[in-house]
Amino acid sequence: MTGFLQDIGLSYELAVLVAKALGVAVVGAFGLLWTLLGIWIERKVAARFQDRVGPNRVGPFGLLQSIADAVKIILKEDIMNRHVDRWPYNLAPILSTLSVMLIWAVIPFTAAWVGADLNVGVLYLVAVGSLGTVAVIMAGWSSNNKYALISAFRAVAQLISYEVPMVISLLVPVMLAGSLSVQAIVKSQHIAYLFAVPMTVLIFLISGQAENGRGPFDLLEAESEIVAGFHIEYSGMKFGMFYVGEFLHAFTLSVLTALLFLGGWQGPLAEKIIPLGFVYLLLKSVFVYFVLIWVRMTLPRVRIDHLLNFNWKFLVPLSLINLLVVAFLWKLMPDTDQINSFADALGPTLVLFLANVVMFAGVAWWLREWARRDREHIEARRAVVAEPAEATAAAGD
Amino acid sequence: MDITAEAIVFLLLSVLTLGSALLVVTTRNLFHAALYLMLALFGVAGFFVLLAAPFLAGFQVVVYIGAIAVLIILAVMLTPSVTRLPRIYNAQWAVNLALAVVFFLLLFSVLTPVVDDLGISGTWGANFTQNSPADVPASSVSDLGEALVDPQQYMLPFELASVLLMGALIGAALLVSPTARDDEDAPHESGQGA
Amino acid sequence: MILNEWVFVGLFFLLGPVLLVVPIALSKWLAPKRPTPIKQDAYECGAEPVGLAWKQFRAEYYIFALVFLVFDVELVFMFPWALAYNKLGLFALFEMVIFVLLLVVALVYTWRKGALEWS
Repeated sequence: MTGFLQDIGLSYELAVLVAKALGVAVVGAFGLLWTLLGIWIERKVAARFQDRVGPNRVGPFGLLQSIADAVKIILKEDIMNRHVDRWPYNLAPILSTLSVMLIWAVIPFTAAWVGADLNVGVLYLVAVGSLGTVAVIMAGWSSNNKYALISAFRAVAQLISYEVPMVISLLVPVMLAGSLSVQAIVKSQHIAYLFAVPMTVLIFLISGQAENGRGPFDLLEAESEIVAGFHIEYSGMKFGMFYVGEFLHAFTLSVLTALLFLGGWQGPLAEKIIPLGFVYLLLKSVFVYFVLIWVRMTLPRVRIDHLLNFNWKFLVPLSLINLLVVAFLWKLMPDTDQINSFADALGPTLVLFLANVVMFAGVAWWLREWARRDREHIEARRAVVAEPAEATAAAGD
Repeated sequence: MDITAEAIVFLLLSVLTLGSALLVVTTRNLFHAALYLMLALFGVAGFFVLLAAPFLAGFQVVVYIGAIAVLIILAVMLTPSVTRLPRIYNAQWAVNLALAVVFFLLLFSVLTPVVDDLGISGTWGANFTQNSPADVPASSVSDLGEALVDPQQYMLPFELASVLLMGALIGAALLVSPTARDDEDAPHESGQGA
Repeated sequence: MILNEWVFVGLFFLLGPVLLVVPIALSKWLAPKRPTPIKQDAYECGAEPVGLAWKQFRAEYYIFALVFLVFDVELVFMFPWALAYNKLGLFALFEMVIFVLLLVVALVYTWRKGALEWS
């Protein structure tokens, strides 16, 4: 690519720059277009969960439904509240999607295709992800709508709370691989980290789902409670931007899980036939995506106090304990700093897996105790409420 | 990339950072001020990248934009006149200006070779060991991690930081705990949760 | 050398928004625009909005932002530690245990004080 550009008369620096710019366009456009397919997958799967057929009219199996929807939403009138604060209002949907799209800059698609193999890749993921919070505040405040503002506050409380366990769980693959580069983390997975640290994967997925504001954590846009959430005042394509951002976020979360815990592009022959790695990555990501939709379709929405309690009183302590336990066992085993093959990884993976089983048992016991105490608490309160009621009933006779 | 490209990026980032910093103090809309502050902080993150300190750049965004600026916005919401600040000048603006000039001169004298020329370097100047960002070793973050827990180096500050954070968290808890929020005389029901 | 990788990221920051602005601009060009006063009111469940939303708000979310900030700063220290962990001894783990334990004590205190309750 660079060679060709130099041939048509560009200097080396300019050729590199143009090649990289084209890379950006390809990666960004791929992310956005994949979202259209992702929406179709999600609608089809969701329909199956609800015993429906899903989109089936536009194109084979309704495959073109998302494209029709995209055209429709572009042709929709953009109704704007006349009291909005224009600059933040118009920037918010772009920033919201951009904060997710920027993550794609450091994703290694195969052994050789990677936009920017930053040596602080994981930190970069966290950093650009936190820009999403800013977009939510901007949208909520600039809309000049009380519902939007209140739900933006809720959203911020949720987003910043769940960022803590997510980042702590991200530290586990960083520690095992000894690198912040996403590509290096993928390469260090001779056995996918999923088998060594399933607890971490679970924490990452739960908090990621909450960061994304879907599944059981969709109170950001609880239709029945706060109309539509912080983007209530948006319509037309600007609303579409938030929508695209949400789906892109969901898929990006799947890709990140595949990269950090499922071995990314690794698979048979992936090092030799480079494009094959891309197929592996997509397959793994779609599998995680399916699991996320499954969770989303199965669990009912949680209440905001439960949501925050669950995070600060359960997920954060658990993720810290998990990190320290993994760190302790990792140091206890010999030669964990030089794992170069499947055989090297086998022992540590088995030990960590068993430790995780013990941890899961402990957590199950902890949660049972918690639920038991909660139940007693509620029943005690119910008894207090019931007594006066019986008294009045008796007086009425 | 050659020097000129870096210089251009540096100039653009400077304009971004200083421009938005100026807007922070001149706008009458507190919410906008907070957003401009984020932009200025983002520009600073860009400088860190240019200085081959991507770790600092990352945490500049995570901590300053993702946490502190968000906290500032939440605090701004508590003020009664978010959109129309009655006055933009503080009553003590003269003192503030004098302090700003003093701090600027201090920074200038530490960071530039002026002090070297005066012959009092070593005790006063910043004594940069690296002349170019390209000389920074790629493993600097890992080195930082080793230095942090090394008893010979930064182990004590590392643990003290934890104590400081503990103090901050306890202070925050005291500030907003239900007992502190309620009226002193009024009977209250607290400790419901668990 | 390090900066080369960042050129791509920098370009992403510049060109990414362009990709996102295109559909919005397209919509601005193609979509109809027939504003009426009622359409342009804030949508608050059909009731006519009373005043603007830019009022003084009691943000009970403030405490969560404060706690988050503390944990964020903690993570600043944990990242280099995790990165260098393979090169460190068991002693480094105990230091981190102390570091985390102090914070967990503070978190439990905050919890017991009832500051983490949703009010």
